[in-house]
Amino acid sequence: MLSIKNLNVSVEGKPILNGLNLEVKDGEVHAIMGPNGSGKSTLASVIAGRDYFTIEQGEVTYMGKNLLEIPPEVRAKEGIFLGFQYPVEIPGVSMTNFMRTAINEKRKHQGLKPLSGAEFLKLMEEKKKLVKIESKLANRSVNEGFSGGEKKKNEIFQLALLEPKLAVLDETDSGLDIDALKVVANGVNMLKRKDNATILITHYQRLLDYVIPDVVHVLFDGKIVKSGGKELALELEEKGYNWITKET
Amino acid sequence: MPESNNISNQPEVFKNTLTELFENNYDQIMENSSGKIKSLRQKAFGIFKKNGFPGKKTENWRFTDLNHLFRNDFIIDFETKSQKVDISNIFTCDVYDLDTYCVTLINGWFAYNNSPLTKLKNGTIIGSLYKAMEIYPEIVEKYLGSIAKLNEPGFVPLNTAFMQDGLFIYVPDNVKVEKPVQVINIVDSQKPVFLQPRNLIITGKNSNLTLIHCDHTLTHNISFTNTVSEVIVDQNGYVDHYKVQNKGRNSSLITSLFFKQEKGSKLFNNAITLNGGFTRNQVDLLINGENCSANLNGLYLMDNNQHVDNQVFVDHKAPESLSNQLYKGILDDQASGVFSGKVLVRRDSQKSQAFQNNKNILLKDDAKVNTQPFLEIYADDVKCSHGATVGQLDPNAMFYLRSRGLSERTARQLLMYAFAGEVVNKISVEPLRENIIKLVEKRLKGELSICDQCILSCNSREPKFIQNIVD
Repeated sequence: MLSIKNLNVSVEGKPILNGLNLEVKDGEVHAIMGPNGSGKSTLASVIAGRDYFTIEQGEVTYMGKNLLEIPPEVRAKEGIFLGFQYPVEIPGVSMTNFMRTAINEKRKHQGLKPLSGAEFLKLMEEKKKLVKIESKLANRSVNEGFSGGEKKKNEIFQLALLEPKLAVLDETDSGLDIDALKVVANGVNMLKRKDNATILITHYQRLLDYVIPDVVHVLFDGKIVKSGGKELALELEEKGYNWITKET
Repeated sequence: MPESNNISNQPEVFKNTLTELFENNYDQIMENSSGKIKSLRQKAFGIFKKNGFPGKKTENWRFTDLNHLFRNDFIIDFETKSQKVDISNIFTCDVYDLDTYCVTLINGWFAYNNSPLTKLKNGTIIGSLYKAMEIYPEIVEKYLGSIAKLNEPGFVPLNTAFMQDGLFIYVPDNVKVEKPVQVINIVDSQKPVFLQPRNLIITGKNSNLTLIHCDHTLTHNISFTNTVSEVIVDQNGYVDHYKVQNKGRNSSLITSLFFKQEKGSKLFNNAITLNGGFTRNQVDLLINGENCSANLNGLYLMDNNQHVDNQVFVDHKAPESLSNQLYKGILDDQASGVFSGKVLVRRDSQKSQAFQNNKNILLKDDAKVNTQPFLEIYADDVKCSHGATVGQLDPNAMFYLRSRGLSERTARQLLMYAFAGEVVNKISVEPLRENIIKLVEKRLKGELSICDQCILSCNSREPKFIQNIVD
């Protein structure tokens, strides 16, 4: 589904990703772990299509297409979803209006009829139940005045509504109490299908108690230095990142 | 004759043309005026003759260039008088007669279906100021010129000298005027016209009035409207006032709006500028009694070479009152804007609360805005704040929206609606709010032209919001 080869990315002349390789197949859950500043969030942003960095070298292919040539909104409509580390507050834009527009843009892209107001509300109710989110989040302006936990839950709610093919969750677990963490993990598990994939970017092993990854990668200094099964996460938790940095 | 020949870059030349016009048409101008009004005019004329027009060095005019207004071919029509007009021949929508409280001024003169001045059952008088000078001289004399300031250079004295017609509303004590009154100012002339409409609105004690003022042009011809309005809100009164401006690029509009609030009264003022070549809105509020509240809001959406200038002055002359200013603007292309908000809290006006906020979004590098929030406080027990921001649309919010599949254009529009929404959502008359929201959305999509006419009743045969309120 997603293939990243020798990706080199810099921000204002400073190299951030240095020859990163990653292959994600249908149905897989990948966890990418790594210390602060290793390039995790940059990777997520490159996949989603943020434009504040320069692609120096390498290729990113998604569903057989050169992803780097596609604008962010088209990527979204083609099934890519970024769960933001810091979801943006947008006063005055209602969550309902935002999501309905997003879904209908995607449906238009797929050649489907737009959802009516009633159909959309019904869908929203279903998804709220699915990911166990209280109704009040949906009735407010996008993330405005939300607590950290509410913001992250809201990302999962959007994930549930948009049903992406490839979800990249950028530290969606950080700063969450155990109940919120369960909501996030439950959302990811509920939405798992054979034909979609998830990349969990995380600092801690904690989330991986609830979402079992197929592959765990360690990102260090802009490249993946080690990959393994779910036990790699436990090993990392135990020995810390120094263990990897020494090894490399 | 090439157009440029008509423009005199010397305000002095234009002033002389106007003073000659005044002197030559003296009898006609004075025709309906009582002795008191005559002397008011003469005083105003004297001040205008002495001070002339404001220049670049005049405070509050520094960022607004007036030179294009000083044309020697402007026509001032002294003769039309308020008239019976089948308005539907001129304006594409029905304009309702006084039963629905919808009235029209055409080129500054009151146009009516039945009568130029109507007294409703509850005692409210609505109609032509020209006629009111004749029929109710005691009311007009008491209030006309009572709050409009003559000591500033230029346009208020000029209007006061030349004023002939405009809207007159008198609401007696203890009357709630349930339906909003809508005034449509139409400029429709093949020749460049210079108009001096004058409005006088008086609401009595415990009375209630919603007034919607729409400014429109029907042609792309050059016009210059210099409006002065005086609105008096007596004790415990409530006035909800809207100014909606959608004018052609060759039209210039200067509005000086004076409010006076007495004890316990409430005022909402909304200035919504959607289009207009040159627009200046001056709001001058005197808080003359305690426990008043005033919300002064403004929204301006400008593009091309449009220029908008909002001037707000609030005088807290009495203690324990609240004033709140929120002005927001979006400027595209080479549009320019000015906001100047001044609050004066006098020494004995303790426990005053005064807030000011001006926020601007510049969509292009060439768009610009000058903003000056300003507080002058002489009392020591007050709560006051001011703030101003100028920025672009938030790139993080843009990316967030696009990352969910919204096109750049849609994302941009959503953010602009949200920005404008903070002002528009404060409109308390719900059908009116919805109409204005739709209009703002249309404007931001680039779909609103001046030919869309008036927002409230036009394009459909019946004014929906007025009907709703009647129901």
